[in-house]
Amino acid sequence: MTTSELPDFSLVPRVDQIGIEERVKRFQIRSVKKESKIEALKLALSMIDLTTLEGQDTPGKVRQLCYKGHHLHDSYPGLPNVAAICVYPSLVGVAKKELAGSGIRVASVATSFPSGQASQSVKLEDTRFATSEGADEVDMVISRGAFLRGEYAYVFDEIAAVKEACGRTHLKVILETGELETFDKIRRASTLAMHAGADFIKTSTGKIQPAATLPVTLVMLQAIRDYYAETGRMVGMKPAGGISLAKLSIHYLVMLRETLGQSWMTPDRFRFGASRLANDLLMQLVKEQSGVYQSIDYFSND
Amino acid sequence: MKKSSTVPSGKHQRKTAGLDFETTWQYAPAPENTDHIKFQDRYGLFIGGKFCTPKQETYFTTQSPSTEKTLAEIAQAGQDDIDRAVRAARRAYDTVWSKMKSAERGKYIYRIARLLQERAREFAIIESIDGGKPIRESRDVDIPLAAAHFFYYAGWADKLEYAFPARRVQSLGVAGQIIPWNFPLLMAAWKIAPALATGNTVVLKPAESTPLTALRLAEVIQAADLPPGVVNIVTGAGETGAALVNHPGVDKIAFTGSTEVGKSILTSLAGSGTRFTLELGGKAANLIFEDAAIDQAVEGIVNGIFLNQGHVCCAGSRLYVQEAVAEQVIRKLKDRMESLIVGDPLDKNTDIGAINSRQQRNKIRRYIKLGQNEGAELYQSSCTLPSKGFWCKPTLFLNASQSHRIVQEEIFGPVLPIQSFRTVEEALAKANNTPYGLSGGVWTDKGAKIFNVTRAMHAGVIWANTFNKFDPTSPFGGYKESGFGREGGLHGLLPYVQFA
Amino acid sequence: MAKTKRTRVNKARPGNSVRNSRRASVLRTYKVYINGKFPRTESGRSYEVAQTDDAAPIRACRCSKKDFRESVNAARSAFTGWSTAGAYLRGQIIYRIAEMLEGRREQFISELCANGTTQRRAATEMDAALDLLVNYAGWADKFQQVFSSVNPVNSSHFNFSVCEPTGVVSIIAPHNDGLFGLVANLAPVIVGGNTSVVLASESQPLCAVTLAEVLHSSDVPAGVVNILTGLEDELVSHFASHMDVNAVVYCGDDPSRIKLIQLEAARNVKRVVIRPNSQARQQPNPYFILDTQEIKTTWHPIGC
Repeated sequence: MTTSELPDFSLVPRVDQIGIEERVKRFQIRSVKKESKIEALKLALSMIDLTTLEGQDTPGKVRQLCYKGHHLHDSYPGLPNVAAICVYPSLVGVAKKELAGSGIRVASVATSFPSGQASQSVKLEDTRFATSEGADEVDMVISRGAFLRGEYAYVFDEIAAVKEACGRTHLKVILETGELETFDKIRRASTLAMHAGADFIKTSTGKIQPAATLPVTLVMLQAIRDYYAETGRMVGMKPAGGISLAKLSIHYLVMLRETLGQSWMTPDRFRFGASRLANDLLMQLVKEQSGVYQSIDYFSND
Repeated sequence: MKKSSTVPSGKHQRKTAGLDFETTWQYAPAPENTDHIKFQDRYGLFIGGKFCTPKQETYFTTQSPSTEKTLAEIAQAGQDDIDRAVRAARRAYDTVWSKMKSAERGKYIYRIARLLQERAREFAIIESIDGGKPIRESRDVDIPLAAAHFFYYAGWADKLEYAFPARRVQSLGVAGQIIPWNFPLLMAAWKIAPALATGNTVVLKPAESTPLTALRLAEVIQAADLPPGVVNIVTGAGETGAALVNHPGVDKIAFTGSTEVGKSILTSLAGSGTRFTLELGGKAANLIFEDAAIDQAVEGIVNGIFLNQGHVCCAGSRLYVQEAVAEQVIRKLKDRMESLIVGDPLDKNTDIGAINSRQQRNKIRRYIKLGQNEGAELYQSSCTLPSKGFWCKPTLFLNASQSHRIVQEEIFGPVLPIQSFRTVEEALAKANNTPYGLSGGVWTDKGAKIFNVTRAMHAGVIWANTFNKFDPTSPFGGYKESGFGREGGLHGLLPYVQFA
Repeated sequence: MAKTKRTRVNKARPGNSVRNSRRASVLRTYKVYINGKFPRTESGRSYEVAQTDDAAPIRACRCSKKDFRESVNAARSAFTGWSTAGAYLRGQIIYRIAEMLEGRREQFISELCANGTTQRRAATEMDAALDLLVNYAGWADKFQQVFSSVNPVNSSHFNFSVCEPTGVVSIIAPHNDGLFGLVANLAPVIVGGNTSVVLASESQPLCAVTLAEVLHSSDVPAGVVNILTGLEDELVSHFASHMDVNAVVYCGDDPSRIKLIQLEAARNVKRVVIRPNSQARQQPNPYFILDTQEIKTTWHPIGC
């Protein structure tokens, strides 16, 4: 393939920051109550990539998290499972074993997460290790330094190479929007990642501030929409980091619904990268059922 | 460069299916709680600080355009009542208001602003019930802006010596003010605040179909202890307005409404010596250039014509899209229209409320029919409309022409004719090719082009990369047949003063 | 220290119950206001404030240069938020200060009296301070319109000049008129978007401290106003020399003091504003706002 396959950035629309923020404000004042709120809470639960990415992770920790993934709150019947558990490559095997038969996927970060500052061969090896351990999905990071220097061909090739190393494993491409500075750059990175083969585009590693925000996610959803119009291929979206409140997750669902519509309202096309969100969703569900505000003491802390 | 084998080979095929906004997850109804709102069966006229019965004891009704329910009986002010009101305003001017220290006048106006903020929710609900606009708009836009307008002009009361270099500022006397039904409370604020701040007294006639927030404002004026007669509110229809316009005791007329009525006012007042300012109709051009931030431009188009049901004099009611991006813009616009919620004004999720009255709904219907007959291509969103009340779906007319009447005449509804253009000169020529000149919009990412195009458009308010933004500090008003005089900002003081 | 005719107002501290009632009152302590909190001076020192006859002695904090340094840090941190808060919001907040101050009218009047003025003079000063605040609140979203311009340059450029707040402003309040003088010089500084550190009148500091409590309850963000009490001789050179202060406002007419301030200010080319020490000449006007504003002119081509 030649460099002419790289998307023509002069055709990638600019993004107006104030316009985005005003649109986001309208999403935030949508009133989601009663049955539609309960439905949204459950949908959000089913879209969570329950995540632990700490230096101090151990097999024991991962096993506990996996159990939580399909036993969110056993005293409330009819709850869905989370979509996936997200861990470092070294713990993929543990997770895979624990989740066998549950339908929950195992996602692995890779490519020298979170910084991506390593040689390409190391990053590809990291990817291949994760997939050989059985990961269903790989979350890679783009080379932000190269991107900010305008080395788009380099960034494109790297994503394509990782995609190839993934084989049949789904690839999520983390843009690390907190380092990309402007909405224009985020839009450009989104388009580039999709053309290079991403199955999902993802906002953040969760390791720096700011992580996911509603405005940044809207920019990426608009990029997904335009890519779909151009190619007919549906790419998924994953905001990650900083989403710990149920109310906020419902704003994301409102935004998703009004920007992309029905086809994306499923864990196959939308995920929340989160850990504490699950318990807040559960608290809200129990509150809707009982009519009484809840305490965190009554929900398992894994 | 490597290419992954899993990237689909159909990379350049056109989109096949549209986006599907009929989702399984719907928003449940989210009605605003209105238990705390009560209307009287019957309202009198507010003259000399009190509510009183109209001389002829005639009343008309106001109804909710979303349910067609009658809300209350409203007094019909006749010639005698207008006389009474003007006399009360004159007495208040001569004996109290013109003698009061300007800083003290300012403090009364600050009180009105504060009381409006305190009772904001109440006013928002009444505005939506009486006029049909969504509660979200009245709550988040109309009422806060009205309070802000009183705040802004309260501050000018004791600062007029700084407003106009080398001129000593004086008030005019009694101002007669006639306002429309599209932003009832906000228009009352736009009229009353600068008039009071500059030392005038007021007789205000609200629109026939939306009197309720003005009458509630009268209660706030009483609570603020404003001296009786400084503000008088007389309800009625066209004849009441005409009586006020023609009353010899009025020093100044301010009118917001249709160009047609504006011209008849000019005719009545010719040779009378009365000062007047007019804010009339519009048919604003919204220009989308190929280097615009397209998604945000589409949002701007929606804000420009569909919000407030298109009942906006400065609505972006003609769309011109540069040809290179026309197909893209129209596709995104259609998608965006699908997610607009048309329905009960009191539902917090409603984007587009009811058309203000049966007459207006019928007028819009006539224009839609006309557009089809003229040969433009009709497109409407797929929303379902409630059975009772007056409604209109968001509507586009594609492939419209400059010579279509739907492009030339003000429809005052959620109907948007669309044309394409190729060059800046062409866009400007078409934009300016109208007897109106109230507002306009420009969408481009290029700074130089913004300053160039905004300078060349013949309209009083130009929005670049935004639309329908209002602020009490920002002067608003038209060129040509959209009227003259400005409301808001420093320039908004001019209509209510004379130089000694 | 100027003292007016001594009046037997009451026998205890202002705002507290009279000494010869059966109930022992809770005596007030006067602290300072830094970064939205009410600490004592870090130096632990205090000085006695002259009161009317028989009054129990009151001590105010004798602030140090470290207190001033902390205050400047607080003002600097608060500057970005306050200067970009928006004119409408600033106007609302200053109007709210007036609302809160009006509610504490009696307390301030009795404090002014205890500091040595008559009931009538105190009431007049109170009213003047309130009306001044309302006046400046109304300037917040208007002075820009009076002092800005679009300039018709002789080239194809859009050229406009706007006012911008200068930054952190230190204020040495006038000796007389403990309340009005302070408010008259503080309000135009903050309404224009600056943040401030104020040295209250050395002889009449009590109202300043109570005013700080009013500011705190008026939605004024922490750090926008910092109020110190102490000895002017000890502090004035710091107020004038600190390299992270952008302007200094001095209310007084002592020529040697003025010269000192201008010398110290020269270190970082601070803007120096000298104001008269009399109430009559401090009536609110927008030129006092302009004193602590910069003018920024921007050019942009007009074309395609």
